[in-house]
Order: sequence, then C-alpha cells, then structure tokens
Amino acid sequence: MKRAVRLLFFTQTLDCETCMQTRQILDELPPLSDKITVEEVNFVLDADRAKEYGIERVPAVAIVYDDAGAIVPGAAGVPSAAAAPGAPGVIKDSRIRFLGAPAGYEFISLVQAILLVGGRDSILSAANRARVAAVAQPVRIQVFTTPG
Amino acid sequence: MSLAHEMAFANPNITAYAVEATEFPDMSRRYMVNGVPKTVVNEEVEILGAVPQDEFIEQALQLQTKTS
Repeated sequence: MKRAVRLLFFTQTLDCETCMQTRQILDELPPLSDKITVEEVNFVLDADRAKEYGIERVPAVAIVYDDAGAIVPGAAGVPSAAAAPGAPGVIKDSRIRFLGAPAGYEFISLVQAILLVGGRDSILSAANRARVAAVAQPVRIQVFTTPG
Repeated sequence: MSLAHEMAFANPNITAYAVEATEFPDMSRRYMVNGVPKTVVNEEVEILGAVPQDEFIEQALQLQTKTS
C-alpha cells in the first residue's frame, strides 16, 4: 500500500445490534498493514462529524486517507503518522462508505476498497475512467447487499 | 460493489454506499430491495444484479450523460 488509509468507524453504545461485531471485524485489519488505522467516532456525541461524512445510521464506515502518504520517501515501510507525529498530512475523503457490519462478502468489498484507496490501480477501463471523470453533478450510489 | 466504490474514488462528485440490506429493513423497503445486489443511483436509477463494468457505468451515469 502506498497511502495511509483510515477507517472512520461511526458507532454508538446503545441500540446498535451490530456495532460490536463491526468493531471486531475492523480490528482484524490494522494488524495486516501499518498503513491501516481505525478511528472510532461516536455517532451521538460527534454528530457534526457524522453529518460531515453523510452518515445517518450506524454502524457505518467511511474510508479516508492521508494524501501526504502518497509520497513515501524510500521504499521502507515507515508509517506516515510515525514519520510526522502531530503533523498529519491532509486527510482526504474517498467517499466510500459501508452501512452495516461488513461481514461475509462485504468484508471482501471492504478489503478491496482499502487496497484501492491505498494505491492499487483502478479496475475501470480507460474509457470508463473518462466517463466517470466527466461527472460534474453530485451522484449518490447505494448498493444493497447481504453478507451472502 | 467494487464498481461503485471505484467510481466514488475516481471523482469527488460521486459518493458510494454499500448498504447491508438485512440490517436496515426500512431502507430496503423504501428502495424495494427484493434481491441483491441492487444499486440505486440518485433515488432514480435502479440497477438489478451484478452487471458487467461497461453496462454498470452506462446505467449509473445515464442521468449525467443525457445533458452532455
């Protein structure tokens, strides 16, 4: 992974059946790469942040990334956060969201999304990339799935 | 799901949500989700099932390309 990726995990203590399960799933990811971190955001106490990321339900995950991490000096796996403590790079929003526990097939989607944001090449063809790049109006895509 | 996420990451005007249908029955009812995957774009366009990339992009952006 070329970029540092952070999973903003929106959760609440009460009335959320799958928040705990989601936390357990997300906790499996940081051990896989020092470029993956999880930050818990309280949906009730930090409502402004939820609004900022368009999160209206929990559990939810928003994937953000450290753009400064795009430039990794040398090949060594020095996490960008450690390289510049207290001076994080510009955090950018991937606009990729997950609503509900990312279990089963959704876990695979989550890993794919992390790899994409982390720097993997797009799977879109050149023609489709151009079509997507030309979109000038807000587009909101919701894909309904089940754990399979 | 990955196509929608790819689109979101490629253009800041696009946001993509993967919604676990069984956890949010109110949303599933609202969008009449009877099978998965079901994709809803801007509350107007529906794409049923997993479709090839060209078709997915075509359908997802049909409202956008009308004006261009």
